[in-house]
Amino acid sequence: MDVVWASRLQFAVAAFFHFLFVPLTLGLSLLTAIYETIYVKTGDEDYKRAAKFWGRLFLINFALGVVTGITLEFQFGTNWRYYSEYVGDIFGSLLAIEATLAFFLESTFIAVWAFGWNRLSPKVHCLAIWLTAIASNISALWILIANGWMQHPVGYVLRNGRAELKSFAEVVFNKFAWLEFLHTVPAAYILSGFFVLGVSAWHLRRGKEAVFFRKSFRVAAVWTLIFSLFVFVEGHLHGTEVAHTQPTKLAAMEALWETQSGAPWTLFAIPDPAGERNVVEIKIPKLLSLLAFHSPSAEVKGLKDFPPEERPPVSFTFWSFRIMVLLGIWFVLMSLWAFKNRERPEASPGLLRALVWTIPLPYIAIEAGWMVAEVGRQPWIVYGLMKTADAVSPISPAQVTVTLLAFVVFYTVLGVIDFWLLAHYARKGPEPASA
Amino acid sequence: MEHNVFQIIWFVLWGVLWAGYFVLDGFDLGAGILLPCVAKSEEERRAVYQAIGPFWDGNEVWLITAGGATFAAFPKTYAVMFSGLYTALFLLLFALIVRGVAIEFRGKVEGAGWRRFWDFLFWISSLVATLILGVAFGNIFLGLPIDAQGIFRGSFFSLLHPYALLVGLLFVLAFAVHGATWLAFRVNGELRQRLIRDAKVLWVFEAVTAVAVLLFSLKLTPLWGNYLKAPLLFVFPLVAVIGLLLVPYFLNAGRTLAAFLSSGAAILGVTAWGMAGLFPNLFPSRLNPEWSLTIYNSSSSPLTLKIMTVVALVFVPIVLVYTLWTYRTFSFRITREELAYGEGY
Repeated sequence: MDVVWASRLQFAVAAFFHFLFVPLTLGLSLLTAIYETIYVKTGDEDYKRAAKFWGRLFLINFALGVVTGITLEFQFGTNWRYYSEYVGDIFGSLLAIEATLAFFLESTFIAVWAFGWNRLSPKVHCLAIWLTAIASNISALWILIANGWMQHPVGYVLRNGRAELKSFAEVVFNKFAWLEFLHTVPAAYILSGFFVLGVSAWHLRRGKEAVFFRKSFRVAAVWTLIFSLFVFVEGHLHGTEVAHTQPTKLAAMEALWETQSGAPWTLFAIPDPAGERNVVEIKIPKLLSLLAFHSPSAEVKGLKDFPPEERPPVSFTFWSFRIMVLLGIWFVLMSLWAFKNRERPEASPGLLRALVWTIPLPYIAIEAGWMVAEVGRQPWIVYGLMKTADAVSPISPAQVTVTLLAFVVFYTVLGVIDFWLLAHYARKGPEPASA
Repeated sequence: MEHNVFQIIWFVLWGVLWAGYFVLDGFDLGAGILLPCVAKSEEERRAVYQAIGPFWDGNEVWLITAGGATFAAFPKTYAVMFSGLYTALFLLLFALIVRGVAIEFRGKVEGAGWRRFWDFLFWISSLVATLILGVAFGNIFLGLPIDAQGIFRGSFFSLLHPYALLVGLLFVLAFAVHGATWLAFRVNGELRQRLIRDAKVLWVFEAVTAVAVLLFSLKLTPLWGNYLKAPLLFVFPLVAVIGLLLVPYFLNAGRTLAAFLSSGAAILGVTAWGMAGLFPNLFPSRLNPEWSLTIYNSSSSPLTLKIMTVVALVFVPIVLVYTLWTYRTFSFRITREELAYGEGY
């Protein structure tokens, strides 16, 4: 395996794995904070138990999110030396700001929360989980501003053989980055919402702690509906931004080969990149032009307009996108159903069963979404500015292959243990109410 | 202000972040190194974990921030250092991952075998991480085989130079003493007495190794060069020596917090000594001084450095305030009742 491929694969493994844990961290911290706030406001002990129960699951999940995040930060230097040199002036500062603003806050107050139940007043204790949750989300904002810059670089000038910062404001208020943030983070909230709904449904089916889980369920049902609808609408806006700024990604997402006005939307296709066509396809006329440019006759650029070495992997991007969108529709339907039955979810056994099975689906949707974003950006590491192949470190293929294998083995073992612990504590249910 | 003023500011901040990391994470890494030797029962082992529980994660962020600050302020140094030390860095990463997971997982399942397994991993990962950090800085003090293009011309094994290993040993001993004084401050009874005794023994080895490092540096590294140019810098090794001498004094008096702070001052002094000796190099080349990465030839643009300075000036004090508050809130003596109550680990 050559260094570029091995490094890409290693980064993909590290990012994929990191993102198995981060979304639940982002949403479950907020939900825990909401439960604890209800407890502080009403004095209802069930909500204190809810904060403890969901907070414990949050903690188990949090640990792996943190340790896998360190890997990602270091990998820019170890495997992507020329990328780090070329864009460090902008990208590096965003990572450093993330650490200073968010990581300290997050890791300090998560410990305050975990260790402080008996040492702090209820209000200060509740503040600790809010600070943790806010810090996690601030962290997501800065890393997505950094990623947004790789997707759509702005506010820079090419000088001294590298990209140097010209306008910090342009980088921070990059429209692409904010659309990405508003897409990714609420998607993480959906995942967390279905996690709470699914675990609650599992217990409600067994009739254990029904009062407790009905309360958790009701909050999560409202939460999940809000964000499922939000992401659906926001996803459309994000898509139109991609259409304007990353035409090759859009063409790959849609497996569109020929540039055309009034482009159709492809429901199903088997792309054939060598023959520059789709073997089989089912199309809806003019829909793509309408979706991407809000006009049924707008021109959409096809892949043939770009040299073959500048096209991303088509089938991968096309199918990842479709998986994400289909699941997004499923989430809207499921969250409507859960919302409708939020007062007495046990009345609908079908709903409870479906919710348990829905737990893993947002994970798939989120990883598929990242594949669209990152694979669809290829062959660029910074869109239009630097190719991935030019970014890699002068290291030997053997070095990368060894660490890649080590990562796969190591992360698999840790992941299995962590999900087993999550399932174990989720099944165990909350601590019994104190008499 | 001139560009080079900001480059110097960021060199100082870079040093402060590393020193902060060593002083803070040093004690919980040291606790890991000591765990199998000092804690004899499950109750004592839990006391050790409890003593570092609320702090280790925040402490580790200093390392992440030191890495992030290198990337932001000196991107070329970050790029050359991290790719050049590829294998060593991944060993460090794996050690840190195992360590974090061990702390979190150990208490989650009942069972002696499960706990012994994670205790072992916690010990070995703490030891390996400390050793790698020490050996890495030993190599930076010596200078590295990097060529004009910043390509590393050595191998992983060429990093195991006797001087670098000596610095590695110093890190292990210094963190062990640091950890022992912290644990002695946090716990009670027989464990506390044992920790004070062990700390005194380890201190002898730490002091001998520290003197050896300072002397061998004279012969093998250019670190002392800056001290002849600016004798005021001698304040740093002086702080290290005074801090080190105060540790056994306070231990004998049973003043464990003072001993811990003295040990911290010693670590701070040694780090500052090394950084001041490096200046203006960040990643010196042993092959040709011209090829060294310095704060002048590897820094970010003036604009980025200015923005980062503002961010640091605003947020670092805030971080320090809430970090101190956490230490004040959770630095109580750990008792039996505290352990039985069982929040956290």
